[in-house]
Amino acid sequence: MEKIIPNIFFAFILIAGIGYFVMNVRKLIRNIKLGKDIDRTDRKPERWKNMAKIALGQYKMVRRPVSGVLHIVVYVGFILINIELLEIVIDGLFGTHRVFQPLIGNGLYGFLIGSFEILALLVLVAVIIFWFRRNIERIKRFMSAEMEGWPKNDGNIILYFEIVLMTLFLVMNATDTPFQEAGAGNVISQFIAPWFEGVSDNALHTIEKSAWWLHIVGILIFLNYLYYSKHLHILLAFPNTFFANLDAKGQFNNLESVTNEVKMMMDPDADPYAMPEEGAEDEVPEKFGASDVTDLNWVQLMNAYTCTECGRCTSSCPANLTGKKLSPRKIMMDTRDRLEEVGKNIDANEGQFNPDGKQLLDDYITREELWACTSCNACVQECPVNIDPLSIIMDMRRYLVMEESAAPQELNMMMTNIENNGAPWQYSQMDRLNWKDE
Amino acid sequence: MNVPTMADMMAQGKQPEVLFWVGAAGSYDDRAKKITKSFVKILQQANVDFAVLGTEESSTGDAAKRAGNEFLFQMQAMTNIEILNAYEVKTIVTCDPHSFNTLKNEYPSLGGKYKVYHHTQYINKLIADGRFSIEGENLKGKRLTYHDPCYLGRANDIYETPRDLIRRLGVKSTEMKRHKSTALCCGAGGAQMFKEPEKGDMDINILRTKDALETNPEIIATGCPYCNTMMTDGVKFNLKEDQIVVKDIAELIAEANNL
Repeated sequence: MEKIIPNIFFAFILIAGIGYFVMNVRKLIRNIKLGKDIDRTDRKPERWKNMAKIALGQYKMVRRPVSGVLHIVVYVGFILINIELLEIVIDGLFGTHRVFQPLIGNGLYGFLIGSFEILALLVLVAVIIFWFRRNIERIKRFMSAEMEGWPKNDGNIILYFEIVLMTLFLVMNATDTPFQEAGAGNVISQFIAPWFEGVSDNALHTIEKSAWWLHIVGILIFLNYLYYSKHLHILLAFPNTFFANLDAKGQFNNLESVTNEVKMMMDPDADPYAMPEEGAEDEVPEKFGASDVTDLNWVQLMNAYTCTECGRCTSSCPANLTGKKLSPRKIMMDTRDRLEEVGKNIDANEGQFNPDGKQLLDDYITREELWACTSCNACVQECPVNIDPLSIIMDMRRYLVMEESAAPQELNMMMTNIENNGAPWQYSQMDRLNWKDE
Repeated sequence: MNVPTMADMMAQGKQPEVLFWVGAAGSYDDRAKKITKSFVKILQQANVDFAVLGTEESSTGDAAKRAGNEFLFQMQAMTNIEILNAYEVKTIVTCDPHSFNTLKNEYPSLGGKYKVYHHTQYINKLIADGRFSIEGENLKGKRLTYHDPCYLGRANDIYETPRDLIRRLGVKSTEMKRHKSTALCCGAGGAQMFKEPEKGDMDINILRTKDALETNPEIIATGCPYCNTMMTDGVKFNLKEDQIVVKDIAELIAEANNL
């Protein structure tokens, strides 16, 4: 009986850890679904290809070679070392020790664990360089105003987690006497083992067991940390690239609600005094554009949760580069923060949103930011996981112009000119062909 | 200049091969008019049967759409589509990447489906079809750098087409550090052309011109009337207007061919 207590305890923390994670994932999905519907299920082969290339294949990461290559090391290490997790879970549940070793033989087992050990070391090196770039070299894109406080700490916490997890993995192997004696796969840990010389067998075993437990508990904590962190991208990068926009980047959607109204206005047979159709008077007229997160579509909301705050968008944004307030990264972070706030409000009010007098516009994103955008698509191009900050900026401009008539004065003049003269400048349409005689 | 309109053509019972969409800048802006005329000369040298809408052309609505005024955009679009469809237009060419993008990508779902070319694409096609060639030695050896317009480049993935033409000019072309998909905006897109920029350290066109000046060019080439204005202003800001000219690719080709 006494022997299986650790196994029961292991099963308990495993279920609790995964259970809490599932609960948060469901909350995440509910929040994303607060967005408007948009159909992104067409052109499936292209979508799978995009996901394979961009999320799985890290295709856009190497646009910046240094961070790109380091990221690939951590990414490959993370995926492969998690194969080891399978063994840990089986060992934990059934009280076995390195259950795969006899099953697949010393040769293959040694090869696998050996590769994991090398990867663990590479990940350690990469993560330490990442930490250095953030904290000592202080790379500009990590120093923006929106990166102060939690986003900065979050970035470092993720790195500390990875350092600790990789160290625990190597220490666990180094203090596993039978594993070291077998001499298969201890490529890195054999150099750590001598540090423990002179330590009694009992103590060594305790260290190994502690490292083992801390490793698995650490992974479960990390798993649950994801929901609260920008590290969520390791999961959302996949659906995010799958559902990303496939049309030309310059093509902005044509609002259907507007099309219907314009068609009616231009139809000479339309009766402006016609009675609305049965039941139509109960319909709430659609809001044009977006002033809050629920006016955005679910892909834009998923984009916000997927953002890793790497700042590649902001560091290529012409407005940001010339000192203007706009930062596409901040647009995404604001959208996520507001969405989280709305989600918590719903949780606190038994599934109903209780109006809080706040919205995404003004309370999070200022008008100055929105008007500084040149719609050049640099942010969209740069994002390694195909986030589209520009679409949010455009939807919010639409709200400002069509619901509030709050465009800058010069733009109002430009629009009046288009309306009256068919050109953004105040020239007569009759003069359009004058150039041929000049 | 002899520039037929669609109305003229229709009166004669003729249907031109291609409609030249001049655009508001190309019609009214003094600098952009030169681009328009250069392109007309190219079309004429290649014996292309073309026409313009003339006074029947109106703004595509691009600037209104980017400013957030979807209503005005769709009113413009539907009015233009009615005219284009009435003339049974099949093929459109334009020197303005903004008109190009809107006509090509945003008009179809509103009922305006045309084959749309940017003028650099169309000239390339004329060359490929053996109807036109770039011959002159006027620009041989000149130092040139090409600025990618966002609405041609990133917005529609057209990077090589303008470069193909530049290679035929015999110039010494150098890329800026930010080029193709990493190119920096000239600062005019998204309706910025029509308003003062937001507060910042400098204007975007100044930064972009710096990128260009680093290549020590004699010519800054581009394929967009708005980029042209912004880069010209940037060159003036740097007091380099005596040494550097900003030219559209159509102007350079017309110059090379002594048109």
